[in-house]
Amino acid sequence: MFRNQYDTDVTTWSPQGRLFQVEYAMEAVKQGSCAVGLVSNTHVVLATLKRAQNDLSSYQRKMFKIDDHMGIAIAGLTADGRVLCKYMRNECINHRFVYEAPMPVGRLVRQVADKHQVCTQRSWKRPFGVGLLVGGYDRSGPHLYNTCPSGNYYEYKAMAIGARSQAAKTYLEKHYESFPTASVEAMVQHGLRALAATLSEGELTKANCAVSIVGRNAPYVVIEDDDVEPYLQMLKAEEDAGDAPMAADEAAAGGEAAAAAEGGAAAGGDAAAGGDAAGEAAAPMETE
Amino acid sequence: MLPRPTSHSKALGPGVAGPELAVATSAVQAGPPKASAQQPLSGADSFMVDPHCIADPARQHTQYPYVTGTSVLGIKYKDGVLVACDTLGAYGSTKRYKSVERIKKVNDHVIIAASGELSDFQHIIKLLDELTTDDFRADDGISLGPQEVYAYLCRVMYNRRNKMDPLWNSLIVAGIEPPHAGASAEDVSTSDVTFLGMVGMIGTHYSDSHVTTGFASHLARPLFREAQADDMSEEAAVALMHEALRVCYYRDKQSMNKFQLAKVTKEGVSISEPYALDVQWDFKMFSQPTKWAVGAW
Repeated sequence: MFRNQYDTDVTTWSPQGRLFQVEYAMEAVKQGSCAVGLVSNTHVVLATLKRAQNDLSSYQRKMFKIDDHMGIAIAGLTADGRVLCKYMRNECINHRFVYEAPMPVGRLVRQVADKHQVCTQRSWKRPFGVGLLVGGYDRSGPHLYNTCPSGNYYEYKAMAIGARSQAAKTYLEKHYESFPTASVEAMVQHGLRALAATLSEGELTKANCAVSIVGRNAPYVVIEDDDVEPYLQMLKAEEDAGDAPMAADEAAAGGEAAAAAEGGAAAGGDAAAGGDAAGEAAAPMETE
Repeated sequence: MLPRPTSHSKALGPGVAGPELAVATSAVQAGPPKASAQQPLSGADSFMVDPHCIADPARQHTQYPYVTGTSVLGIKYKDGVLVACDTLGAYGSTKRYKSVERIKKVNDHVIIAASGELSDFQHIIKLLDELTTDDFRADDGISLGPQEVYAYLCRVMYNRRNKMDPLWNSLIVAGIEPPHAGASAEDVSTSDVTFLGMVGMIGTHYSDSHVTTGFASHLARPLFREAQADDMSEEAAVALMHEALRVCYYRDKQSMNKFQLAKVTKEGVSISEPYALDVQWDFKMFSQPTKWAVGAW
């Protein structure tokens, strides 16, 4: 991206038929930390990486509950995300008041996308600088949508947005075929592993990641801080066991139980080969 | 009677123009007003208090119904719901309009029937048409279920009541909840998803296994309490309905022997053509009252 004479106004086309201001707004989304979403036949899981500006500040929340059946994860300008969150909550609550039923997810996302589009076609407005991953469950099943500042929205089986999201997308592309029948725990593990792929330094801790789950008979719930620790432990245990992550994905249903078994077998094999180091690596598996 | 102001252009002169029907779009507004459940395009005025009515004591809101329908009856049975009513639009005591359809299909899962002022019922149909058109345009396979139509109408009726301008109807909403994704229609038992509810003109509402409006509340309800069961067969349900309709016809002066029966099951909605029930008027005391009366001359 470089400056040119067609990028001052959102209402100016370039000779190639591009709106540069909208594209620059989409760059803002890529500056935010990563957010990942994935869908099974019954549930939607969102996972986000929380950033802290400095040691003194708290980690920035990126996941917001919209209604009992819907939640969002944002990437980009948090203030813009907050405004959209308030709009979505308002629409959902109005819908519930009039119809006594949850609002269909796709229709709300279309309204949000229309709101985005308005800002790309007024000279006195600027595009929203935030991308949303909207996960929700309604009468037509679980859905995951991604909205972007251009006003487009797409439904996804799995998606990642934000900084270094390509690494997460690569992981999701490799495993998405197992998602429809995966258990909730397996989905959370996939989400966290996709998130871990985007880390440039450090690792996932209970302070810097959060997971949310919503689905059939499962109202929206956020798992963070101490609640996410068990999932991180499972992740760490599989990594310590070596080739467990690959084995888990080949397992038919519910990755982590099979992974534990196969990881344990692999660790047992290492221990049999001899060496205290291998024995110590096997210990976390045995205590599980 | 003073001529009522119309909505012609204000350019024609003072006292001629009425309430604005067209809303001007300005550069600041994003677009023309969009229909929504909170403010439908048709009858948007009815959601706003007419300022002329506040200003002028001679102008009043609805005080009496003019062309009315009488009772509506509804019961649940094994496969779904049955709703029945006659096809009379009475003008006071005169049986004026004899082919009025008081049961309407909303979509493949929901029907609505009304007693009371028929023009207000037509307005309600228009509001529901706006909602079903929205569903059609969304094109996402999601359509309104009976519970949602019922909740929406409760809000409409209550809002109008608050403006002292009620829609003079007692409405019956009946239907079967559309199935959830991933669950076929056979997975869920019919009794879990059938719905039958009544909304009154001031927003009073309830849902039950049998609902009635008007005279049928007094005449037919006791029969339903005795004989209706959620798992009754279709034959038994239709027989019970005919029994109740006969009683209403015998005892309600503003009714006629021409009925429509509507049925909602998992297969969809069907509203029958009008038909008559066999009724009996040749009782001895009826045909020769003086002969059998005590102390007659």
